[in-house]
Amino acid sequence: MPDPVSATSSNTPMRIRARGRSFLALVLSPEAPLPLWLEGLDYQIARSGGLFTGKPVILDLGLLSETTPGLATLLDDIRRRGVRIIGIEGGSRHWPAVAHWDWPETLDGGRPAGEVEIPEDPAASAAGPVSGGGTLIIEQTVRSGQSIQHMQGDVIILGSVSSGAEIVAAGSIHVYGTLRGRAIAGVGGQSQSRIFASRMLAELLALDGYYAVTEDIDPTILGQAAQATLDEDRVRVLPLTP
Amino acid sequence: MAKVLVVTSGKGGVGKTTSTAALGAALAQSGQNVVVVDFDVGLRNLDLVMGAERRVVFDLINVVQGDARLSQALIRDKRCETLSILPASQTRDKDALTSEGVARVMDELREKFDWVICDSPAGIERGAQLAMYHADMAVIVTNPEVSSVRDSDRIIGLLDSKTQKAEQGEKVEKHLLLTRYDPARAARKEMLSVEDVLEILSIPLLGIVPESEDVLKSSNVGAPVTLAAPTSLPARAYFEAARRLSGEKLEVSVPVEKRGFFDWLFKRDA
Repeated sequence: MPDPVSATSSNTPMRIRARGRSFLALVLSPEAPLPLWLEGLDYQIARSGGLFTGKPVILDLGLLSETTPGLATLLDDIRRRGVRIIGIEGGSRHWPAVAHWDWPETLDGGRPAGEVEIPEDPAASAAGPVSGGGTLIIEQTVRSGQSIQHMQGDVIILGSVSSGAEIVAAGSIHVYGTLRGRAIAGVGGQSQSRIFASRMLAELLALDGYYAVTEDIDPTILGQAAQATLDEDRVRVLPLTP
Repeated sequence: MAKVLVVTSGKGGVGKTTSTAALGAALAQSGQNVVVVDFDVGLRNLDLVMGAERRVVFDLINVVQGDARLSQALIRDKRCETLSILPASQTRDKDALTSEGVARVMDELREKFDWVICDSPAGIERGAQLAMYHADMAVIVTNPEVSSVRDSDRIIGLLDSKTQKAEQGEKVEKHLLLTRYDPARAARKEMLSVEDVLEILSIPLLGIVPESEDVLKSSNVGAPVTLAAPTSLPARAYFEAARRLSGEKLEVSVPVEKRGFFDWLFKRDA
């Protein structure tokens, strides 16, 4: 006699839960001559570092022809720059130059979503900060309610960071005044990032996703010059002693 | 050249309206033409503190919407003829203020007066942003408490980004007015010290107004403290603040009652 429970489960398969989630895929349309276009891509990536990271990208060959020079290596050239190609359209698998490509499965149900504006420098805020290379320099105090986000490198604040203000950086954060707000460093996974402050009174310190609040900071260090570093998976706040 | 001054704070109940009236009356007594404008549409108070509530016919909203002329809505103070008030409406809300309408009224006020002092509503929303938008200068009214200081910090951020001056790449001149200051409680560390507040907000200090019954009494009789009790400690602080606003360089001192030896003896006995 069969076990009634297992009988039920074999008759009706377990319910699979599924939810919808949509991502905006960017469509890249290379143009001839390809070496120049790749240079342009490099420039754009350098100007707006986070634009392609973690984003699905579709390659549209519509502006190219079967015989465009450099077509054979195009897919590798783009992938080498960290761009994730999830689909190719506008061309044909039967073109000899692209026959050896590793073609991703064709996706269904895409809808055009208009031109995506490529940000020139996504971190540049209205405050008029000075940007040199990957470093963002803010000359004044960051006030409560303001948020500075910089996904390319370090942030240097010459003033203070008020309670209720927030600094988010891919690299390290340096505060020459008093740090009273939140400092979130190493956002892109840079665990060696640090947070420095001439006067450490931070509400929250986060490094690569690990965080500490004011209560976690040694009271003898509060109000002193200090730095926060990541030690394994703990945020450590240490006095800054020259 | 008219100056537009906004009196703002973020937090409510810190003394914006009292300070608007007191500074307005102090500047007017020095012979300058002053108008105080109530931007707190729906919760108007400035008319009460100025003792003009029985004379309001038209208000800011009527002028902004073109239903009344500016000269019909302005009320001249009975005690000081260089002082006028433009009241807010109590029955409408802040959505009735359009930015074009406010701009037009501010331009007209600039032509008529030396000082246009705008009493901002509390908060950081539309009403507060409209009140600060045209400002050349700002007085940030702050109590020596952490919540008030943080809200003032937020307002300073908005003054640096959401005003006409900021949009043109210029700066609104900012001054800190510390109100409801109690030297005894500050000495017992029950409130933030002047140094603490200045360190956090890092803007110049316009004055320290002590907590005083004179302010309450004046509000209740419908007179700015600088008119009703001109020799009181808070009034002296406001008079000095007004002189600093006009460009005089004066040392800011923590206000304390100066008592003679006999006063002290009698007070102790009482």
